[in-house]
Amino acid sequence: MTLDVARIRKDFPILERKVHGKPLVYLDSANTSQKPRQVIEALVRYYEHYNANIHRAVHQLGEEATNAYEEAREKVARFINAPSPECIVFTRNTTEAINLVAYTWGRANIREGDEILLTEMEHHSDLIPWQRLAAEKGATIRYIGLTEDQRLALDGLENLFEANTKMVAMPHVSNSLGTINPVEKIAREAQQRGVMFLVDGAQGAPHMPVDVQAIGADFYAFSSHKMLGPTGVGVLYGRRELLEEMDPFLGGGEMIRKVTFEGATWNDLPWKFEAGTQNIGDVIAFGAAVDYLSDLGMENVRAHEIEITTYALDRLRQLNDVTLYGPPDPNDRGGVVSFNLGEIHPHDVGQVLDQYGVAIRAGHHCTQPLMRSLGVPGTARASFYVYNTQEEVDMMIEALKAARDIFKLPEHSAP
Amino acid sequence: MTSSREEYARQESELDELYRDIIIDHYRNPRHRGSLATPSASEEGLNPLCGDEVTVDIALQDGRIADIAYRGSGCSISQSSASMMTEAVHGKRVDETRKLIENFTAMMRGSNEIDPEELGDLEAMAGVRKFPVRVKCATLAWHTLNEALGKTREGS
Repeated sequence: MTLDVARIRKDFPILERKVHGKPLVYLDSANTSQKPRQVIEALVRYYEHYNANIHRAVHQLGEEATNAYEEAREKVARFINAPSPECIVFTRNTTEAINLVAYTWGRANIREGDEILLTEMEHHSDLIPWQRLAAEKGATIRYIGLTEDQRLALDGLENLFEANTKMVAMPHVSNSLGTINPVEKIAREAQQRGVMFLVDGAQGAPHMPVDVQAIGADFYAFSSHKMLGPTGVGVLYGRRELLEEMDPFLGGGEMIRKVTFEGATWNDLPWKFEAGTQNIGDVIAFGAAVDYLSDLGMENVRAHEIEITTYALDRLRQLNDVTLYGPPDPNDRGGVVSFNLGEIHPHDVGQVLDQYGVAIRAGHHCTQPLMRSLGVPGTARASFYVYNTQEEVDMMIEALKAARDIFKLPEHSAP
Repeated sequence: MTSSREEYARQESELDELYRDIIIDHYRNPRHRGSLATPSASEEGLNPLCGDEVTVDIALQDGRIADIAYRGSGCSISQSSASMMTEAVHGKRVDETRKLIENFTAMMRGSNEIDPEELGDLEAMAGVRKFPVRVKCATLAWHTLNEALGKTREGS
């Protein structure tokens, strides 16, 4: 056993509840993860003991809150091996982090005729901001296609960029397919060609060791709520020189140095990008989530997910009529298993599973263009985290058999 | 406390109520699926939450729905409801159809004034009411038909 899952489960109060009279089997962590008691308690402790605004209060509570908030930033910086806490900007979520880059770096640097390179597996959050920017600037977008087992088609990596390619963005791990993309290789190529590289790490940082310096990307964005922390907190890591030359995203309090009726100058990094009162309590609780994951060890988290994904893929392959998406080798994918059961619509699969207490995601997973190119309306998706067990996979399989009965799928595949 | 066996039986019966045999039958063997060569009106309905899509073609003649067809993709509830709808309104007068749309959507909203038994086979959809997020799937085709009728001279 790579993780002591039985012990971990005791930290998650929600796992004790029942759904439709059955024990909750939560297989939707790629959507949002559950929260351990340590995170919930950090949030309560803040509000009960030192709730105050940060960076501006001269009193004791303000100092304690400021210290805890900035300590969370340091924890996050260490967690992804950022060179310094100034490279960590707190946002509301991954989406806002990507929009920040599109609206500041993008607006200042993307011009008419430039190309933005994305992938066919892009989440809407890493698609819409660039589509809007391209429309505003008269730039074009090209999409890296997929191989048959839904990896990026990267033959001839050295030919990946055109002369007018200004930036490339892609998910570290596909939320719909589980595919892990070779971001280090892309980063090397992009750096040589002077192409800006943003990684959507929403499904990366929560599930595997991430070293932003080793990856070498210019930006790496992710969310607290997918890694045991509260909703409402996202992270943008950026290379220091880039963040320094970028304009602020939102204007207001906290992000300024000096303000007159004529204008203003900007605060230092990272506060230049944190306008207005921040989500202090949730950032502090996010720090507790990072502690929790750091204590488990991200290598162990990754090993556990490979183990459970291997098991889930094996069990699903034994069922007739299951179509699996994503690379077949669990080492090439995160803890996400996307599938369809016969002709049954994923929403119907999800509905039957819910009745058995099994929570999965069903639908397009915010990747509508990808679903269209796969030729399906959507998929059913089970996703795993530190608290999931093989027994829970078994319960999902039993519920899938029930779905097959309801929809009268044949017991054995046609020869 | 109920035994787990009883519990499983209860879940199965709730699911049976949602996925009644007639609903599964229409899903697997859709009626009037396709398109009309010369429709009086055609309308596309979308349920962005689920991604259900239904397009309804109608051909009106002498104040009646002389022909109807639907096509689309989506969950069993949205597609079987469309199929059952085409069977229910085929050949009906426009005013009768309007009334049926009204009664069906009222039933799905949980109105006490509608006796589901009076809706014939469509009564099977009443089980969907226990699953509020799926009610929109069931009514999609009906709202779409209503829009299509509104586009025609006789129906508007």
